[in-house]
Order: sequence, then structure tokens, then C-alpha cells
Amino acid sequence: MNAPRPPTTRTARRRALTAVALATAALTAAACSSGSSSGPASAASSSGSSNAPLSASAPGVTATTITVGSHQPLTGPAAPGYSEIAPASNAYFQYVNANGGVYGRKIVYKYRDDGYNPTQTASVVRQLVLQDNVYALFDGLGTPTHLAVVNFLNSEKIPDVFVASGCDCWNSPSTTPYTFGWQLDYIREGKVLGQYVAQHFKGKKIGYFYQNDEFGQDGVKGLDYEIPKSMVVARENYVPTNVNIAPQVAALRAAGAQVVVSFSIPAFTALLKLTSLKVSYAPQLVVSNVGSDPITLSGLVEAFAKQGGATVNGNQLINGIITDGYLPSTGNTANSWIALFKKVHDTYDAKAPFDGNVLYGEAVAYTFVAAMFKAGRNPTRASLVSAIQGGLPQGPAVAPYDYSSTSHFGITGTYMGTITNGALTEEGSALTTDTTATGAITSYTGTQQEAPASGVPSP
Amino acid sequence: MRRVLASIVIVAAVVVLLSIKLNAFRDYQIAEIATYTTAVAGLTVLTGLSGQISLGHGAFMAIGGYTTALLLLHLSWPFVIVLLVSAAITAAAGGVVGVAAARLSGPYLAGATLMLGVALPSIASAYPGTFGGDQGLTVVFNAPAFLGANFPLTRWQAWVATATALVTLTLLASLSRGRIGRNWRAVRDDEVAAAVAGIDVARARVLAFVVSAACGGLAGSLLAVITALVAPGAFPITLSITLLTAAVIGGLGTLPGAVWGALVIVLVQPYITNVAYSHGLSATTSANIPIAAYGLILILIMLAFPQGLQGAVSRLLGFGLVPLKKEDTSERT
Amino acid sequence: MTEFIQFTLSGIVFGMVYAAIALSLVLTWRGTRLLNFAQGGMAMLTTFIALEVVYKTGSYWEGFVVALAAGVVLGAVVELVVVRPTLGRPELNSVIVTIGLLILLEGLAGIFFGGQFRSFPTAFSITGVHLGKTPLGVSRFDEFVAGVVLASTLILAVAFRFTSAGLRMRAAAFNATVARLSGIRVARVLTVGWALAGLLGALAGVLVSPSTFLYPNSMDSIFVYGFTAAVIGGLDSPPGAVTGGLILGVGLSYVGGYVGGGRGSDLTAIAAMAMLVLVLMLRPAGLFGGASLRRV
Repeated sequence: MNAPRPPTTRTARRRALTAVALATAALTAAACSSGSSSGPASAASSSGSSNAPLSASAPGVTATTITVGSHQPLTGPAAPGYSEIAPASNAYFQYVNANGGVYGRKIVYKYRDDGYNPTQTASVVRQLVLQDNVYALFDGLGTPTHLAVVNFLNSEKIPDVFVASGCDCWNSPSTTPYTFGWQLDYIREGKVLGQYVAQHFKGKKIGYFYQNDEFGQDGVKGLDYEIPKSMVVARENYVPTNVNIAPQVAALRAAGAQVVVSFSIPAFTALLKLTSLKVSYAPQLVVSNVGSDPITLSGLVEAFAKQGGATVNGNQLINGIITDGYLPSTGNTANSWIALFKKVHDTYDAKAPFDGNVLYGEAVAYTFVAAMFKAGRNPTRASLVSAIQGGLPQGPAVAPYDYSSTSHFGITGTYMGTITNGALTEEGSALTTDTTATGAITSYTGTQQEAPASGVPSP
Repeated sequence: MRRVLASIVIVAAVVVLLSIKLNAFRDYQIAEIATYTTAVAGLTVLTGLSGQISLGHGAFMAIGGYTTALLLLHLSWPFVIVLLVSAAITAAAGGVVGVAAARLSGPYLAGATLMLGVALPSIASAYPGTFGGDQGLTVVFNAPAFLGANFPLTRWQAWVATATALVTLTLLASLSRGRIGRNWRAVRDDEVAAAVAGIDVARARVLAFVVSAACGGLAGSLLAVITALVAPGAFPITLSITLLTAAVIGGLGTLPGAVWGALVIVLVQPYITNVAYSHGLSATTSANIPIAAYGLILILIMLAFPQGLQGAVSRLLGFGLVPLKKEDTSERT
Repeated sequence: MTEFIQFTLSGIVFGMVYAAIALSLVLTWRGTRLLNFAQGGMAMLTTFIALEVVYKTGSYWEGFVVALAAGVVLGAVVELVVVRPTLGRPELNSVIVTIGLLILLEGLAGIFFGGQFRSFPTAFSITGVHLGKTPLGVSRFDEFVAGVVLASTLILAVAFRFTSAGLRMRAAAFNATVARLSGIRVARVLTVGWALAGLLGALAGVLVSPSTFLYPNSMDSIFVYGFTAAVIGGLDSPPGAVTGGLILGVGLSYVGGYVGGGRGSDLTAIAAMAMLVLVLMLRPAGLFGGASLRRV
């Protein structure tokens, strides 16, 4: 090497100082951040007498609190809409806390932003589990994001409950026993929508419009199980990063599709409608409930109702859209669940509109509280898992859950409805099915329970 | 070079100590820091030493990551081999990019690399059969058996990542101090003069891309095994941009600067998030505050320390060495 | 045939938006030899401000004017406060500073305007225009978009070429020292350049937001494609910006429409990169770029 020799030992000492300084800085930075630790995990859990004293029965559980964590897209391109869910869940938890908590314990909900980036998800979930010592991971949102952490959670034996995604990948009790889905999965939804289309639009030309990821692809899978191939004249997909869907709409129109089944997020349902307007194309839209919340959709098109000289009316644009729902419609004020959740929303989350995302957040939070009550007075992580596997009451869902030791699927059915006057009008009873190509679709004859008077699930 | 090796050994010892004393999440952060250091080191060499701006470094991380994921999925090679193969394949890709970029300069190079960073991960979405689509590919990575069943995986990940980072830094330091590094600096400072002096300008520039891509590939490989997933969503354009800001904030063209930059990437936002959390602000606000603060910090650091953090540290410790980059006294044309 | 017309026309409309961003980048480049990575973020912010005005006053045009004015002010302020201190320093510093500004603006927008989608109105009807019975795939508002951007390009090109202000700007960018010696107030020229660029960016934001919905990150991918358009056309040339925008917009529209196998939408970014690489291989300084290679 031709590098000059170190001129003096002073320089060498300075270099050593730098290294030490770096190390000290790292240590200080490490120590700086708070790391909460809950009480020691004691082994026993007595899920017995209602007078047993409350103990710190599991990591994340103390005598007075239960801490759960979540990863959510609070910022970034996926945040619009989805960022309303966690505050709504938190609102319901606060309501429960104010009304006796879970056996007297208050729920502390720590949800962290992952920007819909799986790398960030991996980081914040590890922070929640390894540093914040949460009892369970609740409502982790997103398919690619949650896939980044599902193996980690299961290897750490953390209950990973009610993942906010309709992927069927959460139903794998043999490989991921701690993971449970909750919402209606996309294949089931596709089947129900498909059967409706096949029955009500016999002889018409059908076009598909779907997001080109697992959400859209699974939905199309379900549709194909029910709609004869000969009826489908066009299959167009989109990616959320490209808002110019004029080519896709042009293709649908050129194929003559009279009915378009759309597995799209709300922004793209709105864009579909608006772009169709440009080419004087007015197919009947059948939209997945992911992208059909009337309040969100009206919000997206409202500006177009305000322009001068135009003949476009915001609500008119979304009227007549056929969709499905696995929770009661937000417009159904007579429903006891909607009344309860609206009350909670008005008290704890009033800034947000009372739309589909808020309803979702509260409903899944309700389900979690119900599961916690079932997990016992001194719950452990294992007791939560067995509580869910033992089956949960339907609660606000319109069809039963499929939880058992062999299935970690959540809601199994959905009802059809049409958007009229800016709200979803339910039509008929819920239709339940499975995720196979030949599984039948049957009407659910049971009735939805009423919401508990106190608003809190009973133990 | 002896000084460099001494510092490397000290850092390695410190990291091992920290990884044992700190909790598992901190170990994970050490692994993250080491991963980003590897990536940023490659970028700082490319942009700082050879003067070629790259806004698409994340694309090389994606190539390394996906190669690793596919190799681990379909073949059961030992991880070291997988790591080296990923680096080699990414280096080859870097060569291709370097050749394409050889005639580009300044903003044109920036635009081309930006588009590379945006477009490359979408290949995985377009061909889901091989690359897993939007859901990506899961990566399984375990601590070796000889460490015992109770050895925390995060500590092993921290060690593997740190070892890779330190080896990378050593190799880059050696390159930088040698003829290749001198050629890069010559080409960066004045292409015409370098050519007159007999340096093969195009070759030097392509080599810089190859080396930098190899580092990116290594980093991508590490990212794949510590996050256990590769998916297009893990390599957004913001990753490439973050890597560039880290390189400049840390001190462009300096290897310690790569470490500073990585520390900023990994530690600053979670720290601010915790602070915002503890003040009980609303959800939307406390999610956006770390982002706004991060942007503000970037601006302030650039205005206060134009040579980056390493430049400030050098001045503080009184090194006062010859500046690594020729002062910009010439007029821009 | 109908589809071809529709693809072409809708591609032109999007291309015009890319061109507007490209124009603002060309402006800062020609005027100050700097790239403004925060241009998209600034456009997003001015559009949010416009939205607030529209809802308060009920008038689209008041919002429109406020957006442009805010763009001018924001451009000038950014240049004075954030970019000026980085001049004379390593070149990349100003890039990082504008990136930091972009991140800061997106965070602030999230805090003050919320992260949800906002619907932005249009000036004219969005129902399609027809040629006889055939829908052309564009609306009156789209025609407005195209017209405004074209007019801006013309004005800009003429101003650069034929006015003394334009000459001063070009001189200051080419060689600031000599320009100062000639009596040009270089500092003022820089600020004016950035203010104009801010105006163009704000214009782009208002024109495209009806189609993308407005939220903190809504201008991100528009900026990327606008930057690409500027590079394709040549960063020194306003007509190049428009050409680049058109080529990109129309090309991507064809890819989305004609590529089958369900891959069309995924391949958009790859197609853009292919176009960019193709152009740069043949002309390393863009289609209209005048830079010559110095060979030894």
C-alpha cells in the first residue's frame, strides 16, 4: 500500500476516540427510547371463579391493563380510508374501558404506522412484540404487509387475531396456529357476487375490473366459480399506482360489457364511474364491499356535483351500484349494532365520518373484546387462541364465524344490496358459502343477535 | 489501511457486546443499521467517489433480495453462498446499468435511475408466477444449529448483517484508497483531464456501478432474511430516495458517513414517533409528525453541515484533512 | 379504431399534466441549474389551499387563482429560505434539501388537511365529448387542461427566447459570475425563476387533482412521470417538456390498452423506463437537449 504512515500517535488516538464515541452514541440512542415492560409472565391461568384476583397472567397483561398492538397504514398512499380503522377500534376500546373494561382491565391499543411497506411492518411489529411486550397483535392490516410478520408472530407464539385482510392465507391452523382472519374473504365474496350476477343477468355480457393483486385475483377466482366463462367478455385490471384507467374502460366498452363486476378500492370504483361517463358508457356496476362504501364514494365524487353547467350529480353517480355487505349497513339506523357503534363513534371518534371503515374498526374491536371475555379472568396467550377456536358468537356480523380448531376463517357470509340515496339498502338474507369451486351457496336462516344493552359483550 | 482494520475490529467488538446486552428489538435494529450501511456505502462510493448520481439504488437491493429469496426457496445452499451469488448477479445487473448510464450525466442520469427504481420492482408484480406477485416471497432464515436452540434469532441476524457490513466497508476502503478509487475521483472531478491522463473513463464509471450494485445486492439479501419477506411493496421509490439522502446526510463519499446515514434512517423516525406518542396526540397527527420532522431534519442538517455529518465530525475532532470532494469552485454550465 | 382514438386522446391529456410538471422542472433547471424534487409536494399543497378556498367561496375560479398565486409565493419562499443557502455547496445538497422539503410538506399536509381522499372540482364538464355518435374519451375539462398547458409552453418558450428577462435568466444559469459582472441581479433572477416554476407546478396540481383525488401523496407518481418527461424532452427545452410529456402519456396509454395477458397495468412503469432508455441511448441529453459531448 502506498498510503502514508500515520503522522502521529495523536491521530491514532483520535481515531480510537471516534470509535468509542460512536459506540457510546449507539448505546445512548438505544437507552434513550422507552421500552415498556409489563410484569413477569406467571405461568398459571385460572379461568375459573369470578372472584379470582387479577394477576399479570401473560406478557402484556397486568392487573389493570391489557396491551395489544397493530400495524396500520397511517401515512402514505394506502392511508386514505384505511387510516380510519384503528382510531375507530380504539374508540370502541375506550368505550369498553369506560364501562368496566374486560373483567376490570383497561385495553391499551398501540397501533403503529407501517406506511403499507412490509419492511416497515417487520420493524414495527418487532418493536411491538420485543420491546412493547404486547399481549397480542390485533387487526394487522394488509396482505403483503402482514405476510412479512405472520411467521415471526407464530414463532414467538403471539396471538395474531383478526387480520384486516380478506386473503385466505390466514386460514392455516397447521402452519400458523396463532393467526386468525375475521372479515369475509375475497373468494367467498366473489362466489356470492358471482352467483348473483349469473342468476340476475342471464344472457348479458359481463366484464371484470379488478385490482391486480391478491384482493382482485382472489375475487375473480370466486367469480369464475359461479359465472359461466361464456358470459365473461372482458377482464381488465388496474394497479393503484396508475390512475389512468381510460384504456381499461375503453376495452370494457369495446367488448360490450353490460355488467361490470369490480373488485376495486373506493378510489378506483369512483374513477371507474367517472371515466365511464367520459365515454358515455353506463354498465351496471357490481362492486366488492371493499370499494363500495356509499359515504366514501360520495365523498370522492362530491366535487363533480359542484361544477357549473354540468349535468352530473354526485349521489346519482353511485345510485344503483349493487354490492354486498357482511356488517349491517351504516344507513340502517334501526339496527341495534349501528345504533351502538354510532353512539360510540359520536362520543370517541366524532371527527371521522361514520362510514364503512369506522364500522369495520368498531366491529372487529367488539369481536376482540368478546374473545377476551371468553379467554378468562386471567388470560394467557394460549387461552385467547383456544377461546377463538372454541367459536365466537356472531356479534355484529350477518353470518357466523367459521372459527374452530381446523378453520381460522372469520365471517362466512354476506348479503346483497343496492346503493340508493347514498346508503346501502340490504336485500334478502345473508348467503354463506365456502372457498371451494363446488361448495354451495346457501341462505343463512339464523338471525343476527341484538347488540347487548350495555354495548359490552357479556363474559 | 491498518487504521481502517483497527476501527473495524473495534466496531465489531462493540456490536457483539451491544447485541448481547441489549434487548431483541435493539438487535433487530442493529441488523437493520448494518443492512442500510451496506447499501448506503455502495451508493456513497458511486455518487460521492465516482460522481454518478443514482436515484434507483433500491432496484439493486430488490435484485439482491429476490435472488436470495428464490435461491433459498428452490435450492438449499448455505447462506454465505446465497449471499455471494446474490451480490454477483446484482453486480452483473449493475454492469448493464453502468454501460447504459455511461453516457449520461447529471439530471439525465438521475431521471434514468429514478425510473429504474420505480420500474424494477413492478416486474415482480407483472410476473407473479415466478416472483410471487404483490404478496411476494417468504424467506425462511434460522440461526445455525451449533449455536443452540435458545440462541435468539435477532442476535444472529445482527451478527450476520454486521459482519457483511464490516467486510463490505473494508473492501470499499481498500478500493477507495487504491488506484481504482483514485481513478474514480479523477473521473468525477474532471472527465476530460482524466481521459487525457490515460484513464479509461467509461470503464471506471461502469466499474463504479458494478461495485455499488454488488453492495446493494448484499444489502437486499440481508433485508430479505431479516424481514423474512421480499415483495414489491418493500422496494418503493422512497427507499432509493432515502438511501441517497442517507448518503448525503452522512457525508457523501465517506464510509463512516454511510454508518451515520444508516443510523439516521433506522433510529430517527421511531424515536420521534415515540416522543409524539407519549404526548398523546391524535392518531393522524402523531403519525405525520415523524414524517414532517424527518423532512425538517434533512433540511436543517444540509444547511448546517454542508459536508454531512461525517464532515462535521471530522471538523469537530480536528482532523482537518484534505476534503474528499473538490470544492465546487467552477461555474456550473 | 374508436379505442385507438380514445387511447390517444386520453394519453394526450395525461401527457399534458406530465408536461406541466416537466415545464416547471425545465424552468428551475434552465434558470438555476437545480432540480426541484419538492415540485410535486408544493403542487399538492397549493391544491389543498385552493380546495379550502373553493369550499369557502363556492367558486372554482377563485380557488384556481389562489392556487396559482400560492404557487408563486411558495416557489419564491422555497428558493429564498431553503435553496439559496445551498448554492455554492456540493450540488447534491440542494437535491437533498428539496427532498427534505417534499417529505416535510407531505407530513404537514397530513397534519393540517388529513390523510383522506379529497375530491377536487373541475372547471368544465367531465362528461365526454363526442364526434357524432363516437365518444372521444375526453371531456371539456380535458380540453381545457391541454389548452392551458400548451399556452403556458408557448408563453415560456417565447419569454426565454425573445425577452430580456428570459435572456437574463439564461445568462445567470450559464455563468453566474459573468452575469453579475454584466449587471444582472442574479439573486433576483433565481427567485423569479423558482416563483414561475411554482406557478406551473400549482397549475399542474389543479389540473390533475380531479383525476387522482387529492391527498398528501397524490402528486408523487405524477412528479416521477413529469420528471421522466422532462428528461425525455431535454431539460433545457420547454417544447421538449411538452414533447416528452406527450410521448410518455400516449405511449403509456397504448401500453395500458393494447398489452394483453392482464399485464398492461403492471407494465406501465417498465414501459416508461424502456421509452426513457431508448431516447437517452440515442440522445443522452434528451430529444431537444443541446448539450454536446466533449470527446478527447
